[in-house]
Amino acid sequence: MAEGFARIFQYLQYPFVRYAMIVGILIALCSSLLGVTLVLKRFSFIGDGLSHVAFGAMAVASVLKMTNQTILVLPVTVICAVLLLRSGQNARIKGDAAIAMISVGALAFGYLLMNVWPVSSNISGDVCSTLFGSTSILTLQLSDVWLCVILSVIVVFLFLFFYNRIFDVTFDENFARSTGTRVERYHLLIAVIIAVIIVLAMNLVGSLLISALVIFPALSAMRIFHSFKSVTVCSAVLSVTGALIGLLFSIAAATPVGSTIVAVDVLIFAVCTILGSVFFRHA
Amino acid sequence: MALITCKDLAVGYDGEAVAAGLTFSVSAGDYLCIVGENGSGKSTLIRTLLHLQQPVSGEITLGDGLAPTEIGYLPQQSSIQKDFPASVREIVLSGCQGRKGIRPFYNAAERELANQTMEKLGILQFSKRCFPELSGGQQQRVLLARALCATRKVLLMDEPTAGLDPKVTADLYSLIDGLHREGITIIMISHDIAAAVRYASHILHIGRTVFFGTTERYRVSGVGRSFLVQEQASGSAEDDNG
Repeated sequence: MAEGFARIFQYLQYPFVRYAMIVGILIALCSSLLGVTLVLKRFSFIGDGLSHVAFGAMAVASVLKMTNQTILVLPVTVICAVLLLRSGQNARIKGDAAIAMISVGALAFGYLLMNVWPVSSNISGDVCSTLFGSTSILTLQLSDVWLCVILSVIVVFLFLFFYNRIFDVTFDENFARSTGTRVERYHLLIAVIIAVIIVLAMNLVGSLLISALVIFPALSAMRIFHSFKSVTVCSAVLSVTGALIGLLFSIAAATPVGSTIVAVDVLIFAVCTILGSVFFRHA
Repeated sequence: MALITCKDLAVGYDGEAVAAGLTFSVSAGDYLCIVGENGSGKSTLIRTLLHLQQPVSGEITLGDGLAPTEIGYLPQQSSIQKDFPASVREIVLSGCQGRKGIRPFYNAAERELANQTMEKLGILQFSKRCFPELSGGQQQRVLLARALCATRKVLLMDEPTAGLDPKVTADLYSLIDGLHREGITIIMISHDIAAAVRYASHILHIGRTVFFGTTERYRVSGVGRSFLVQEQASGSAEDDNG
């Protein structure tokens, strides 16, 4: 235990660990904000689908040997987010089927590309780190950190500015429309924010675990609180706490960052479920 | 000049009319019930009146300075609302969305309006409660309060008493009747033909035959008489079974 703390303090001396902490906290904060909307709008799998798209785009970017992969990955993911939302509305292929199609398709193409034009000798290592984000959070450059800070500020600002509209659109689309809200625009906004969050979060937990980061804090908060505002605040707090504990634990115990954070989120969910059923039972 | 005038209106989806030949008008102070069999296009008509969808043909004109966003809508509840973490206050406040415009947060006047409306409908004591925890009648009052925050003029309701027990239904009808007496124009889809002819000033019957006129004329019209008899028969049959 003491050895673990010593190791944490020792590691915190290094800039790359401090970068990881800053980026981790920001990503956790952003990803939790739209959790409630995604869970309740039955959009949970959009996050999952988009993260696989981001994996595919990442594979293309690395095959093209791009230095800053975000330039490619971000727009591709945003475009897919918009397409997925559209398909959910005019339903020739039902929303969840479309998501499944795009996500497994992107996953397969990504892996195929990485194998046909390998960038390094360790293909499975590359694939694994993209899927589970094993080390990428600890290899961030200062420019990555700044990009993350700027995008996070934009996401938080947009969320706060449109908070009441997002509530309306989530709770009752038809009523929102009847009061003159352009619901489609807000769906678009939500989709774009999700895409940005996913691209950011790939660094932290890798593309397979992103939806956990989005869904768990919101579900945990919903066990305990019953108003939109308190659930949103609580899920942000839980998400940041989970990311901090996960990061510190993974440094102390030398475990993979992404899966440690998700494991902590699962534990928090279990605790909240128990607390919720004991103290905050529904009438 | 009427608040809402529809001329030879046809409503439906993808250019296919579900209900057609609808000509009627709603003036300030009217209480209009829209009745008809299931699938006759009542909800589609409501959605069209709210500009949630385009009419297939015909036209809707708004008069007396009524803006399209000034109609207070009480929709049927959706499945998403059954486990939505939202307090009563948050939901009622969201009725002020149209007044708020681009401003990101609600101001003191809007909060006050929400408070007054909750007090008027007797739900102020629930204002911090969670919406899914409330009973069906309380939930309808919350959604009615939200609609009232959105309008001073017209309420459009899609089967407000669906799924409520008889006592709560009667309470809600008298609450709506009170709002009507205060001068709010009511447009309501109803399955409850007995309550419709009791409270409404006008009836719009849609289906194979379309009828629009005052409730007195509806009672003596062919379509009205046959529908009333048929519904009462099925109503009493249900009572016998129950």
